[in-house]
Amino acid sequence: MALPNELEALTEAFSGHGIHEQALVSILGKWHPEERKSFRKGSPHFFVEDERNFERWDDHHVRLLKHEFMRFKNAVVLWTMHPWERDARLAKEALIKKGPQSHGILIEIACTRSAEELLGARRAYHSLFDHSLEEDVAHHIHGSERKLLVALVSAYRYEGSKVNDDAAKFEAKTLVNAIKDANKRKPIDDEEVIRVLTTRSKPHLQAIYKHYKEISGKNIDEDLDADLRLKETVQCICTPQKYFSQVLNTALKRDVDKKTKKALTRVIVTRADTDMKEIKEEYNKLYGVSLSKKIEDTANGNYKDFLLTLIARGG
Amino acid sequence: MAASLVAPDTHSPMEDAEALRKAFKGWGTDEKAIISILGHRNAVQRQQIRQAYEELYQEDLIKRLESELSGDFEKAVYRWILDPADRDAVLANVAIKKAETDYHVIIEISCILSPEDLLAVRRAYHCRYKRSLEEDVAAHTSGDLRKLLVALVTAYRYAGHEINERLAKSEADILNDAIKDKAFNHEEVIRILSTRSKAQLIASFNRYRDEHGISITKNLLVDSDEGTLQKALHAAIRCINDPRKYFEKTVRNAIKENGTDEDALTRVIVTRAERDLKDIKELYYQRNSVSLDHAVAKETSGDYKAFLLTLLGKED
Repeated sequence: MALPNELEALTEAFSGHGIHEQALVSILGKWHPEERKSFRKGSPHFFVEDERNFERWDDHHVRLLKHEFMRFKNAVVLWTMHPWERDARLAKEALIKKGPQSHGILIEIACTRSAEELLGARRAYHSLFDHSLEEDVAHHIHGSERKLLVALVSAYRYEGSKVNDDAAKFEAKTLVNAIKDANKRKPIDDEEVIRVLTTRSKPHLQAIYKHYKEISGKNIDEDLDADLRLKETVQCICTPQKYFSQVLNTALKRDVDKKTKKALTRVIVTRADTDMKEIKEEYNKLYGVSLSKKIEDTANGNYKDFLLTLIARGG
Repeated sequence: MAASLVAPDTHSPMEDAEALRKAFKGWGTDEKAIISILGHRNAVQRQQIRQAYEELYQEDLIKRLESELSGDFEKAVYRWILDPADRDAVLANVAIKKAETDYHVIIEISCILSPEDLLAVRRAYHCRYKRSLEEDVAAHTSGDLRKLLVALVTAYRYAGHEINERLAKSEADILNDAIKDKAFNHEEVIRILSTRSKAQLIASFNRYRDEHGISITKNLLVDSDEGTLQKALHAAIRCINDPRKYFEKTVRNAIKENGTDEDALTRVIVTRAERDLKDIKELYYQRNSVSLDHAVAKETSGDYKAFLLTLLGKED
């Protein structure tokens, strides 16, 4: 009979993010048939009782396991990739897979990369997919979000620090009014809102963020709860570390769907060389626990070790 | 693509810089010398001359030219001596700042240049104006025209030759529906024109002509009181489809007006002299039975005329 703590350990090895390969080797590998049988009987969510009297692997769970085994491989491949190819592939995947998170991923790529990095991603996209990124975004997305997303991925923002503060103040007022009138017209349909968010430089938008708070007393992203895409846009441009911390927190929850889980790999791999230090600080501030500890608790095996190594780089 | 510029294979930037300095000295300016040197140098050579002049005299050649010359001649020489990408950035900015944005210039730059050249213009614009091209276009336009122009200047089109025939047909149909319903703010028209590769668009335009027996531009033909957006779409399609024909018409209209449109004439000659001005001249002759040189000589005068004719390839 398998020991109860071994049963628990094995269940854990199969749960969470990634697979605890070592546990599988050291526990599962040495189990005799009766021990494996008691595992099957004792794990109703992995195995179903078949009518012909045997415990059958649940198909759905085997598929999930496949993803979990691949999590380490995907992280490694993504990490090794040239950042341009990485962003181009992430964007393509977001377009094909559809669903609510996809638009968020496009916004993340378009808004948290530098102008040259985004341009590089667009170049790689040409090579990989024989189309331009904006062409595919425009083709696959419709309605109000199309205008926002096409403009965001096409932007080649001025990267200098020069800001016209009067214009920033004026545009902050424009945004205040557009958001106030949200019940008359959705901010995402307001062409001035789109113009400001998709063409102004990041320092300019950060100045607008500041002026918005001075005028209305609240942060602009707090006022955009009804417009998720605009909220994400503002957060990615003005408070990226807070944005990434929130994405990580959601991804590190126990029983999230596989799309949400993927964010863990994506964020860590794409930010490990950029602002991971600041993200760790922000995460700690927001959630009162260190990111490493959370990953330690939630992820498994090689995948876990790989992530922890990535985030430990550079302090 | 045949350029009209006549420039020697080798030149000495130092000698050219010295000769220009000599042309500035004294009370008058020797415009002929300026024309005969600068009018026969390509972009790389002009860059070298600017560098040599700076090294020799610790002065910016461009600033010197601005102070020595005047009028249409000065404007033309100023545009000519800039690097092509910088020049287009300046032209774009001038067009944007006009009371009613001269959308033709924006469309020319965004639709005729290759994707990489357009990127170079956007970079030059950052450098010179400390803002992005799209931010200024957006801030100075509104409504549907803004949507079209911003989409065009921010495009980074796929530059390959692959086309999808099925897509060409379906998008030709979408364009046709838009023209029939006169719904030109149709999001789809802007999407297609501003994101598809040029090869794909030309395939769609050809498909359109095959299906409807008439070219898409003829079907979009405008009365003078048709909307701005329609005219802009018309210009964009013509620029993508056949830039040389577009330029021939621009130059023909520039000379035809009661009073020449020097801005347009200068723009076409200066920006195309090193690219395809010779081809444009041939088209002009075919259409008007008179050479472009002849028409320019008739409608312009002085140093401005001499400079334009030099760029058009007149032997000294």
